[in-house]
Amino acid sequence: MSKWFRENAPISARELTDEFMRLKRGSVSRRHFLGITGLGLAAAVLARQPGFLASPAYAEDLGSTMSLATWPNYHDPATFEAFTAATGVAVEVNVFGSNEEMLAKLQAGGTGWDLFVPTNYTISTYAGLDLIEPLDLAKVPNFDPKTQNTRFTNEGTVDGKVFALPKNWGTTGIAFNSDKVKSKVTSWKDFFEVAQGEATGRAMVHDYQLTTIGNALVSLGFSFNSIKPEELAKAEELLIKVKPHLYAINSDYQPSMRATDAWMTMCWTNDGAQLNRDIPEIQFVLGTDGGEIWSDFYAIPKSAANKPAGYALLNFLMDPANAVKEHIANGAPTTDSRVLALLPAEVTGNKIVYPDEAALTPLEFGAAVTLTDPARAELMARFKSA
Amino acid sequence: MALTMTAKRRLVTTALLAPASVWLFVFLVLPFIAMVIFSVGERGPAGGYQAAFTFAQYANLPARAAAYWNTLLLAPVGAFFCLVVAYPTAYYLAVKASPRHRLLLVSLVVVPFWTSLLVRTYAWMYILGSRGIPNLLDMIGIADVRLLNTPGAVLLGIVYGYLPLMIMPIYVSLEKLDRRLLEASADLGAKPVSTFFSVTLPLSLPGVMTGVALVTILLLGEYLIPQLLGGGKVFFIGNALVDLFLQSRNWPFGSAIAVTLVAIVVVVLMVAMRIAWRISGTRQVDLI
Repeated sequence: MSKWFRENAPISARELTDEFMRLKRGSVSRRHFLGITGLGLAAAVLARQPGFLASPAYAEDLGSTMSLATWPNYHDPATFEAFTAATGVAVEVNVFGSNEEMLAKLQAGGTGWDLFVPTNYTISTYAGLDLIEPLDLAKVPNFDPKTQNTRFTNEGTVDGKVFALPKNWGTTGIAFNSDKVKSKVTSWKDFFEVAQGEATGRAMVHDYQLTTIGNALVSLGFSFNSIKPEELAKAEELLIKVKPHLYAINSDYQPSMRATDAWMTMCWTNDGAQLNRDIPEIQFVLGTDGGEIWSDFYAIPKSAANKPAGYALLNFLMDPANAVKEHIANGAPTTDSRVLALLPAEVTGNKIVYPDEAALTPLEFGAAVTLTDPARAELMARFKSA
Repeated sequence: MALTMTAKRRLVTTALLAPASVWLFVFLVLPFIAMVIFSVGERGPAGGYQAAFTFAQYANLPARAAAYWNTLLLAPVGAFFCLVVAYPTAYYLAVKASPRHRLLLVSLVVVPFWTSLLVRTYAWMYILGSRGIPNLLDMIGIADVRLLNTPGAVLLGIVYGYLPLMIMPIYVSLEKLDRRLLEASADLGAKPVSTFFSVTLPLSLPGVMTGVALVTILLLGEYLIPQLLGGGKVFFIGNALVDLFLQSRNWPFGSAIAVTLVAIVVVVLMVAMRIAWRISGTRQVDLI
C-alpha cells in the first residue's frame, strides 16, 4: 500500500517542476498535468473549462473539508491525497467496526459525515429511517449503471430510487493457517468441528451476530438469515458448546492470525486476501455449505454538512482510474466491469478475491431483518456471557 | 450598600460552587434524567428509542444476569487482589522507605498513569500473546502455554491497571500514622507483629476502605480490559452496555441496565461508608 501512496502523492515542489517541464515538452497531456499537480480545481473554477473533470459538482463550492465513515484497511490513502489535490477538499476518515455502530451514530445524529460506506442489508433500513436520501445521479457522471454487475448493486435501490452506489463486493469465509490446521476445512460444519478439535483454543468468531450466528446456522443446514426460534435455538446450543474452545470473540482477527495466536477465523474477503498475500500458509476458503456474500455501498447521509463535497468524492471514486487503485489496495472484488478490465491479471486471477461462480452459488446475502432482529441480538449476548 | 457578613459569605459560597454545580447539572444530572426517561421507553422497530412508559426493560434485567453476576464477582475479587499487592507496597513506602527516597518511590507508582490505560493494556496483549512470555517459556521447554484471552489475563490486567488507585489512599493513611503510638505499643511489650495487627492495621483501615471502594466502583464499569485481554469471552456489564448501544441498538434496555448499575454503585458506596464509620468510630471519614 505504501508503494501506491508514494507514487500518487502529488505534493513536492520538485515533482511539480518536473511535471511542468514534461507538460511543456508535450510529453504529457494538460489534463494529466492538472490532475497530478492538484491544479484541477483552480482550473475548473477559474477557467470553467467545459468537460474538464467531467463533473458539474465541481463547479459548486466544495468547502475545504469533508468527512467519510468507512471500514478499517478499506482505502488507498493516496486516493484521498489525489482527491484533495484535485479539489482542495481535505477528507477526514472515520473508521468503524460494524454496521450497527454506524447506524447507531447516524440515529443519534450530529455525525458530520458527508459520505459513508454501508453494507447491502442496511440500506433499506437507512432509507426507511429517513437517514439517507435518493442520490442525484446527474452529480455522479462517472457512475455507469450499464457496467455494474446488478447481482451486487440491486440493494442500493429502494422503491425504484437509487440511494447508494456500489463500492465493492465480497464474501465471508474461513481463513486458516495450513501449517497448524491439518484437518480438512471446506465448510462451516468443518469450521465448528475443527474449532472444538484440532484448533481448540485457536479459533476465532466475529463479535458480530450477523456472521457468527449466520455461519453457525449454515453449519447446521439452516439459512444464514434464519430468524426461526427453533433454528436459532439449535445455533445457540452449538455456539455455547463451542465457546470454551474459542480463542476469542473478536472481529479484529488479523493481528491474532498474523501472530499465530489464532489458527482459524471467520474472515472477510479483503482480510483473507491481505493475510494470504503476506503469509501464504493462511488460506481462505468459502463454505461449501453456504455463508455470506455481501456488497458495500457509498451513500450520502441526509444530515451531511457538505453534500457537494460528498458528491464530488463519490464521483471521484466512481472514476475507474481511481477505483482500480482502491481495489488493488484493499483487495476486495469490484462490481464494475470497467474497473475489472483495468485490474492486473494477478488480481483478477486470485481465487480468494474472484472465486469460481460455483463457489458463490450456496452463499446468501444478509437480509435487513437479520440485522435488526432482537432475538438474534439477545442470542449473541447469551453466547458472549455464557 | 454594605452587605451583611452572612450575605457576603453566602455570595462567596455561591460563587465558589457555581462552576461545579453548573458542570454537574449539565453533564451529570441532565444526562442521568435522559437515561431514566429512556429506560422506561421501548426499542424502536429498527433500534433506538421510542417514547413509552413501561417497566418492561427493568423486568427484562434477568436477561443480563450473567453480566451482573460476572461484574459483581469481578469487582470485589479484583479489588481484593489489588489490596493484597498494594498494602505491602504502601506500607513499605510510608513506614520503611527512607524519607530521602520516599518522594521518588511514590512518583514511580504514579508515573504509569501518565500513559493511557489503552496503550498499556495493548502492551500486555503483546507480552501475554504467543510471541511474548509463552515464546520465552517455549525456549526453556515449557511448550504451548496460553496466557492471553484467559480470565487470569483479565485479572492481571485489572490488578496492574488499578494498583496505583489502591496504593495511594493506603499510603496516605499510613503516612499520617502517629509513630509515637507504635513506640507506645512497643514500650507496653507488644511484639512488632501484634503492634501491626492491633495498631497499624486498624489505623490504616480508612485508607484501605477508600482504596477498596474506589477500585470496586471503577471495576463495576470496566469494559476495556476484559475486551482486550479476555478476547471478548469475558462479559461484564460494561460489555453488555456497549453491545446494547452500538450493536443491537436497544437503547431503553441499555438505559435500564445503566440506571441499575448506578443504583448498585450508590449502595456499594453507602455500605462501604458505614463500615468505614464503624471501624474508625467517627463520621469524619471521607471515602473519595
